[in-house]
Amino acid sequence: MTRTAELMDYAEVIERFDPVMGLEVHVELNTNTKMFCGCPTTFGGEPNTQVCPTCLGMPGSLPVVNGKGVESAIRIGLALNCRIAEWCRFARKNYFYPDQPKNFQTSQYDEPIAFEGYLDVTLDDGEIVRVEIERAHMEEDTGKSLHMGGATGRIHGADYSLLDYNRAGVPLIEIVTKPITGAGERAPEVARAYVSALRDLLRALDVSDVRMDQGSLRCDANLSLMAKDATEFGTRTETKNVNSLRSVERAVRYEMCRHGAVLASGGTITQETRHFQEADGTTSPGRTKETAEDYRYFPEPDLVPIAPGRDWVEQLRGTLPEMPAERRKRIQDEWSLTDEELRDLFNAGAVELVEATVLAGATAAEARSWWVNFLAQEANSRDTELTALAITAAQVATVIGLVNAKELTNKLAREVVRGVLDGEGEPAQVIEKRGLKVVSDDSALIAAVDEALAAQPDVAEKIRGGKVQAAGAIVGAVMKSTNGQADAKRVRELIVERVGA
Amino acid sequence: MPNISRNEVEHLAKLARLAVTEDELDTFAVQLDQILDAVAKVGEVAEADIPPTSHAVPLTNVFREDVVRPGLSRQQALSGAPAAEDGRFRVPRILGEE
Amino acid sequence: MTELIRLTAAELAEKIHAREVSSTEVTQAHLDRIGEVDPRVHAFLHVDAGTALAAAGAVDAGLAAGDAPASALAGVPLALKDVLATSDAPTTCGSRTLEGWVPPYDATVTRRLREAGVPILGKTNMDEFAMGSSTENSAYGPTRNPWDPTRIPGGSGGGSSASLAAFEAPLAIGTDTGGSIRQPGAVTGTVGVKPTYGGVSRYGLVAFSSSLDQAGPCARTVLDAALLHEVIAGHDPLDSTSIDAPVPPVVAAAREGAHGDLKGLRVGVVKEFAGTGYQAGVLRSFETAVDQLRALGAEVVEVSCPNFLYALPAYYLIAPSECSSNLARFDAMRYGLRVADDGAHSAEEVMQLSREQGFGAEVKRRVMLGTYALSSGYYDAYYGSAQKVRTLVTRDFEAAFASVDVLVSPTTPTTAFEIGERTDDPMAMYLADLCTIPSNLAGNAAMSVPSGLSDEDNLPVGLQIMAPALADDRLYRVGAAYETARDDAAGGPLVHQVPELEVAR
Ligand SMILES: [Mg+2]
Ligand SMILES: [Zn+2]
Repeated sequence: MTRTAELMDYAEVIERFDPVMGLEVHVELNTNTKMFCGCPTTFGGEPNTQVCPTCLGMPGSLPVVNGKGVESAIRIGLALNCRIAEWCRFARKNYFYPDQPKNFQTSQYDEPIAFEGYLDVTLDDGEIVRVEIERAHMEEDTGKSLHMGGATGRIHGADYSLLDYNRAGVPLIEIVTKPITGAGERAPEVARAYVSALRDLLRALDVSDVRMDQGSLRCDANLSLMAKDATEFGTRTETKNVNSLRSVERAVRYEMCRHGAVLASGGTITQETRHFQEADGTTSPGRTKETAEDYRYFPEPDLVPIAPGRDWVEQLRGTLPEMPAERRKRIQDEWSLTDEELRDLFNAGAVELVEATVLAGATAAEARSWWVNFLAQEANSRDTELTALAITAAQVATVIGLVNAKELTNKLAREVVRGVLDGEGEPAQVIEKRGLKVVSDDSALIAAVDEALAAQPDVAEKIRGGKVQAAGAIVGAVMKSTNGQADAKRVRELIVERVGA
Repeated sequence: MPNISRNEVEHLAKLARLAVTEDELDTFAVQLDQILDAVAKVGEVAEADIPPTSHAVPLTNVFREDVVRPGLSRQQALSGAPAAEDGRFRVPRILGEE
Repeated sequence: MTELIRLTAAELAEKIHAREVSSTEVTQAHLDRIGEVDPRVHAFLHVDAGTALAAAGAVDAGLAAGDAPASALAGVPLALKDVLATSDAPTTCGSRTLEGWVPPYDATVTRRLREAGVPILGKTNMDEFAMGSSTENSAYGPTRNPWDPTRIPGGSGGGSSASLAAFEAPLAIGTDTGGSIRQPGAVTGTVGVKPTYGGVSRYGLVAFSSSLDQAGPCARTVLDAALLHEVIAGHDPLDSTSIDAPVPPVVAAAREGAHGDLKGLRVGVVKEFAGTGYQAGVLRSFETAVDQLRALGAEVVEVSCPNFLYALPAYYLIAPSECSSNLARFDAMRYGLRVADDGAHSAEEVMQLSREQGFGAEVKRRVMLGTYALSSGYYDAYYGSAQKVRTLVTRDFEAAFASVDVLVSPTTPTTAFEIGERTDDPMAMYLADLCTIPSNLAGNAAMSVPSGLSDEDNLPVGLQIMAPALADDRLYRVGAAYETARDDAAGGPLVHQVPELEVAR
């Protein structure tokens, strides 16, 4: 961390190289119990109070698969458009590490439960990028170590460590993309958008808390650069410890610039694990893999194979909520929106409100116009969120109905809505209290028109002479004298009538 | 087929976290070679089209309800620990990455 | 009082339940016997008179209050192999690494025994982590064969088999990964059964080779083994490989066998398990046993199972591979032996030094063998091929059981060998499990029942009976019929010919 790496200018990186990314996301499931034992998974318990012989790896203990964990894995797989294995197994990934109670991780290896899928990811400007998913598999989390002594509380320089196994055995789904190529300049943005879209999807599925800050969603970003004329991928680095969406973008960008500088100076990239430093946005080398890890995978003999019946899979498919991307597309089609309109709608956070307003009888165009324009401005000036405004979708629909029935003008309608927002009650009560009814009685209007024509005889003469556009001044005067409660269209008709009479 | 070297035995011992002695290296190199020589016999009949058997009984889909089951108290969990501190297992300093 | 220790478990249970004798008296008689002969036999690693007598007292109190016995064996004491977790006694697996370790939980087998009112006398000696065929690999010294204390009692469950032959316990629990119940049974003249894989829960059984390990009953008679089988068997939701089906009617089968004949039964003699490497007296004993089966009305045919010859090499790849992973947890971090924790050594160094010191030579050898067999580049040739052999062995069994009801063979090629005879020659040692391994690979049920003494050395020989998976009851029917016929012909149970042991006073 102390020695700053050479970095290439980003524009030059893009000019000379194509970035290739691979994203591995680990998601902690929100099941009640761990993957292979009945211990609770709640976050933040007193150390070693959510443990049993199985998750402590005690001699003689055995794992039993959490059915809900499998169900969640299949639902995630289906939501990622994956194929679901007809038959698959758990395997043991053997490596010694003190946070791994059995010194092997029970994971899936060459037989993942879900494979060959994709996730469509929308970038900020509405461009859609399809990220291919290689696999989603089930595994278990490790315990947590606390490094004691030394100056930093970090692993280096520590005198000893303390281990808490509450997290050991918490169900994880590891979701691995295929290499993401062709993103070019937008690679960091694609990485961020992918993790963001995945998070939205997992939230919609209600399978995880997806809290990056608490580690229930963790991202490892693999990156390599290919020279423009190259035919094979370059050597990659794997950046871990990327704990926010912003960090995903920064880590990829940083590694692109670092790789670029190393390669440009004739150096080679070391295949290694790197750690992202949140503080300054850099990465630092972790363990160098001198010799390739030999995990000695073999089928887990303590667990029997999983063969998800197709009826079960289809039943689970039936439980999938509408996926965020599908929903965007449906809304765009149903409401005939341009890409920009769709983006504004989502950016305003108005989709649910508009949907509810449509459900209450308004058209999509009317509802969208109210929420995205006037109400968004109101929220802004009142320094609050759109969803926190003191008006319901039903109330907005009522006001829209009154406008359509010509009982309110748009101007009056806005005043009614303001009254509702100010806590003056239902739209009808606001109209009553503020006296905001449209004046539709022709006799009153005729009097006002006659009065205005009398006050401006020269204008009346022009209109009589065929210059109908001059009527605007009279309309204005009438609207003024009626406090805006007149229907301007009717006023115009009456002016022509009265002048001609 | 096998002819396991002393270096390979040393590598295996490292992978298996065994601080074997020099004498053991010599003995194990000879013995592992003999054993591997004998067990390599499985290759004589293991034709490509034979499916492997990983489990003795053909069970599938054995699942548990997602219901919390009482585990161990912290005291029980730590009862066999060589060292403990603040409710945690105390272990010597860990090398390498997190 | 001494005649109590000569009774069968079934006889003891009958007397205890009829309140002719108390469980406390029976348990005390066995504790006394252990005190007398165990210094010579060394069948036990741990004896807990207090716990055993408390359990016996509870049974007696229940019976006195008019309660029905908790099981057919309530009050009959038992010796438990030290590989099964006990929350009130150390569970060492015969290893230095677990010296003094008391698990914070009971194995399912342990729990079932307690619930059945079976007092546990203590924990029996074994080859370290069940790796061995002679009990010489125990970190706590070998167990001696009561038939000849210079000889091995079989392994890995030599403590359990010797405790029966020495009349220290009427019942014992063993575990059988490659023959560790049946082979010790054969060389000590006792009965040992490896149930169908998944028939008895493995929860709390410290794993050697998960896909092969199976706990089972050890006894002096077939009926006693059946009674114990019923107590420990049955579905356990804590073991994913446990079979969710009723326990085969083993006790009924044993009773039926003892009174019936074997008319209509087809017996297959495994052709491959004879010839060079087999002790002549063992083969003669086996042939006599086959004649006896014929005399009981069974139709005997020869059956070829050619792939059984590949079972031993496959076993010595699968078991070490699984054990290299299963034993990785013994790393000195959470439990077990820790050495060199002096602040200077890292966790990794402490792991290496602790494992080096905590494990014996055979364990290290197998851990390294398994590590090798699972390594990338070798996996297909070794572990992968071994799993294919497993398929072939299973197919041989299927083909055989299509035409016969049970298969028979000698349990082990030789009688008990001298202590120290094979310790420097792993391959010679491994041959002891030649005939027992196929049933571990295929997961089917198998039994060893005494077939008399080998005429050249007067040491016990075992007849192995193998039945299809889930047909454990067939073993008991055939075993009981054979046992009755043999005992009638020989004028009494074989185990009663065990020489008197020197008694410590
Ligand atoms: Mg993983
Ligand atoms: Zn647990």
